[in-house]
Amino acid sequence: MKDRLQQIREDALRQIGSSASLEKLNEVRVSVLGKKGELTAVLKSMKDIAAEERPKFGQMVNDARAEIEHALEEAKAKMERRIRAEQMKAEVIDVTLPARRNKVGHRHPNTIAMEEVENIFIGMGYEVVEGPEIETDYYNFEALNIPADHPAKDEQDTFYINGDFLLRTQTSGTQVHEMERGKLPIRMIAPGRVFRSDEVDATHSPSFHQIEGLVIDKHITFADLKGTLAEFAKELFGEDTKVKFRPHHFNFTEPSAEMDVSCFKCGGKGCRFCKGTGWIEILGCGLVHPNVLKMSGIDPEAYSGFAFGIGLERIALLKYEIDDMRLLYENDIRFLRQF
Amino acid sequence: MNTALSWIKAYVPDLSCTDQEYTDAMTLTGTKVETFERLDKNLEKIYVGQILSIEKHPDADKLIVCQLDMGNAVEGGRLQIVTGAPNVKVGDKVPVVIDGGKVAGGHDGGPLPENGIKIKSGKLRGIESFGMMCSIEELGSSKDMYPDAPENGIYILPESAEVGADAVEALGLHDTVFEYEITSNRVDCYSVLGIAREAAVTFDQPFYAPEVVVKENEQKTADFISVEVEDQDLCTRYCARICTNIKIAPSPEWMQRRLAASGIRPINNLVDITNYVMEEYGQPMHAYDLDTIAGHKIVVKRAKDGDTFLTLDGQERTLDHDMLMINDAEKAIGIAGIMGGENSKITDDVKTVLFEAACFNGANIRKSAKRLGLRTEASGKFEKGLDAKNALDAINRACQLIQELGCGEVTQGVVDVCCELQPEREIEFRPVRINELLGTDLSAELMLSIFEKLGLGYKKEENMVVIPSFRQDLEGIADLAEEVARFYGYDKIPSTLPSGEATTGKLSFKLRIEQKAREIAEFCGFSQAMSYSFESPKVFDKLLLSQEDPARNAIVISNPLGEDFSIMRTVSLNGMLTSLATNYNRRNKDVRLYEFGNIYLAKSLPLTELPDERMQFTLGFYGDGDFFTMKGVIEEFFDVIGLKKKAVYDPKSGKNFLHPGRQANVIYDGVTVGFLGEVHPDVCDHYGIGTKAYVAVLDMPEIVARASFDRKYAGVAKFPSVSRDISMVMPKSILVGQIEEIIEQRGGKNLESYSLFDIYEGSQIKEGHKSVAYTVVFRNKERTLEEADINAAMKKILNGLEGLGIELRS
Repeated sequence: MKDRLQQIREDALRQIGSSASLEKLNEVRVSVLGKKGELTAVLKSMKDIAAEERPKFGQMVNDARAEIEHALEEAKAKMERRIRAEQMKAEVIDVTLPARRNKVGHRHPNTIAMEEVENIFIGMGYEVVEGPEIETDYYNFEALNIPADHPAKDEQDTFYINGDFLLRTQTSGTQVHEMERGKLPIRMIAPGRVFRSDEVDATHSPSFHQIEGLVIDKHITFADLKGTLAEFAKELFGEDTKVKFRPHHFNFTEPSAEMDVSCFKCGGKGCRFCKGTGWIEILGCGLVHPNVLKMSGIDPEAYSGFAFGIGLERIALLKYEIDDMRLLYENDIRFLRQF
Repeated sequence: MNTALSWIKAYVPDLSCTDQEYTDAMTLTGTKVETFERLDKNLEKIYVGQILSIEKHPDADKLIVCQLDMGNAVEGGRLQIVTGAPNVKVGDKVPVVIDGGKVAGGHDGGPLPENGIKIKSGKLRGIESFGMMCSIEELGSSKDMYPDAPENGIYILPESAEVGADAVEALGLHDTVFEYEITSNRVDCYSVLGIAREAAVTFDQPFYAPEVVVKENEQKTADFISVEVEDQDLCTRYCARICTNIKIAPSPEWMQRRLAASGIRPINNLVDITNYVMEEYGQPMHAYDLDTIAGHKIVVKRAKDGDTFLTLDGQERTLDHDMLMINDAEKAIGIAGIMGGENSKITDDVKTVLFEAACFNGANIRKSAKRLGLRTEASGKFEKGLDAKNALDAINRACQLIQELGCGEVTQGVVDVCCELQPEREIEFRPVRINELLGTDLSAELMLSIFEKLGLGYKKEENMVVIPSFRQDLEGIADLAEEVARFYGYDKIPSTLPSGEATTGKLSFKLRIEQKAREIAEFCGFSQAMSYSFESPKVFDKLLLSQEDPARNAIVISNPLGEDFSIMRTVSLNGMLTSLATNYNRRNKDVRLYEFGNIYLAKSLPLTELPDERMQFTLGFYGDGDFFTMKGVIEEFFDVIGLKKKAVYDPKSGKNFLHPGRQANVIYDGVTVGFLGEVHPDVCDHYGIGTKAYVAVLDMPEIVARASFDRKYAGVAKFPSVSRDISMVMPKSILVGQIEEIIEQRGGKNLESYSLFDIYEGSQIKEGHKSVAYTVVFRNKERTLEEADINAAMKKILNGLEGLGIELRS
């Protein structure tokens, strides 16, 4: 009996060693350890052994079984590793083949610039609002302290529907709408389309976009205007951006200024973008004119505020180095895909 | 406005700075310098030479050989120069550029080369020439600016020029011309004196206004002329002075140089003085030949509609009642503030001149000039609204110059017809408020010192700042704050952030929905387009809209850039189709675009209230994809913005511009929120799109009203689902939408989902029919469904389908 067991063990181990496939290994498992396997048969014949020998012999059978099982597992693991390795070798691909891309669309550069500006001001607590594109004379001019005979109202600048209605020439009218709502303090920006009677060329368009900003509160100062817009410029054009405020004139602000930023292309050394000056004019701004506050029902002694207007296309053209404004309205996909 | 720095320095003699320093400093105090140009740019080694002898060139008929005395300018003092110039003679003093020097341009007066032209010694036909005698063009100027220059030849310097001296200096060209951008509120700065005053304060140097003293003769002005202003609303002041014994001659060199630098061509002393004072004081003046003025009387009044008038440029002008005219006792002699008449034009043999300096209504002049199509130097000044006080100062200054420059005599007194002059404005001086506005802590003394330099007065007892008439732009405390800020320095004001109540930064709900729409469109491969809000009325025909289509009721721009931009769009498709066509023509493949833009729907026409501006989300594509691609975009969008109900697609959308069998209105919750479809091939033809194109338009106000970002977790199913397939044959006219409607209505509470998995039309199916197959999925959240539950639901569905005339297949 012992010899038989020894024989089975040796045969099994030999067969395991010579098995060339997982199937073969399985056959060995079945033929030795299976229900009808040789080892199982030996176990079944235990009854023929003397009672006192049985525990010892049982131990031997179990040891042989464990040894065979272990050998089977080891051989299987080894074989699986080999097969995986062969598979890896067979599955090598040329990773430089072209990618399969989900063809996503592209946002218009104007919108990208607009969202950048919006996000900066949202972060500073500004609400984004909108106003009508067809406006009344009152909101576009009169309430902004632009009197009836002002040259800005000339037909050469403004598209009129009739005497009372026109296409807004600036987003500044939204200031008035917002102030008239009567909810103070105000911190808002108003992006939108504006219209001026300019023939289409590389630097002009009869339709373009502005972003208006307005802050009204107690104790708002020109220093606050400077600080806010300097912060904005740094966010938009980079931490090293410097700003310069030059006196200017707008009917609806006093004092008024234009803000230049240090050229973000050359850092202020002078290049073709800044026409060699090192500075780029970016926006107009000022403290809200007391007449404008009064007309909108706000006491200019109790409240003050500042306003600013940014030309969106100007920023988009400069930032993305677009050399012709007409490209913005042609919608050539080869242009749009670059943003 | 262009002015030579030397003219500014005439009033601010202590001004000392480089051109760049001047530019930067003036710009920072609000007088923006656009550019500056040195008049002596590229003029090097040019000296006064005197011609000692002229000989013919032995080998060239057209050349001469000159010997020149160059004084100390060259070693030995003598120079031989060969020239072809025909106008020189022995004794002439001429500008000579010597070897190694530079001139600004060629003798033809063409565009000036950036780096000038180098001059070297050389041989002309074998004879050595050691330099060049210069024409005015070679010196970078023109005969317009130097009227005494010969038509074609060397510029002859005045006898007084010193041999060997700097010829550029002798020509008055060591100067810089600054071009300013003056803001419209600073009427006073459209004059040399105004800019000089700003320069003086900017550089903190004294400002010296011209001392105007008129030496008058014995005659009385009032004996020569009387003035009557009938329309005082358009003419607040009319000053008249008389100059007798006029002797027309060239004006002095300094005056010519200053005018030339300002871009004004010197003509003669009388014209030059008028122009000079216009530049200096910003006050246009007009000179009439008194002998042409009937009755020696001036009447200022409106023209009559339809009157005609011959202006001094020889053009006949048609007038109207809103144009102000200068008349004599019999006839019109000038259009006020715009241009004089041919009939009172000054000629060279004028004996007595009537000077006019008036203050006309700016807006009226602007409108009149526009209607006449005649914008002149004078009207350009008047339309800004001039200071009435300045008119008197200017006319006196002109008369002073007439007398001092020997142009004529000045009679006693001014005939000055003046309606009430505005009293000087006074503004309470509130230094605390100024500091509050600026965010500064400046002393009252500093503020007052700035005001004083600017020419503003201060009444200490009343604490009032007195505004001079030339600063009509200063109206209140905010204006005074700006004056303080300008000269304290915008750059020195601190930078702070607003304090006070915190506010929430956010996008409006509408803008958030639009942002989502952009994200979805781009995710689906659409790129963002932008097109104009105005378009051509021809668009309606291009889009095959019927004559009755309400979209034809567009708002019309009264002064458009042209017919193509003359109406406000009422449909958003034209921009999209135009953009697709542009891409198609440029052979771009598979183009997908979307746009956000308003359409403008009038509530009534002509417009009496603001129109309805409706934001439209427009999508369009050609190439890869079909109707259902577009439908997919809409459904992705609806999903993201919380439009959870099932949208209905109604093929009876009636859009002429779409394929009649491939279009649908998008109906959500019973409301039409948009449409989609294949563009009608005729419309594609109109736009030049040579392939199938698809569009969709969603009306954002309706969408936004129904959108929501609220989300609620509904649990993940724990119990298994059961699915059943339904296979059907039906007439083509039945829409799968009808099947889905029945499944939804009859599927019961356990219906989870359904999906179309096969649709077939063709030879295996009988004529006019299609086969359609659906999978329907049931699930209950609380328990495993039993066969009976499903059978009951399926039976209801199948009955419903049979009711539609659908044939079920096993």
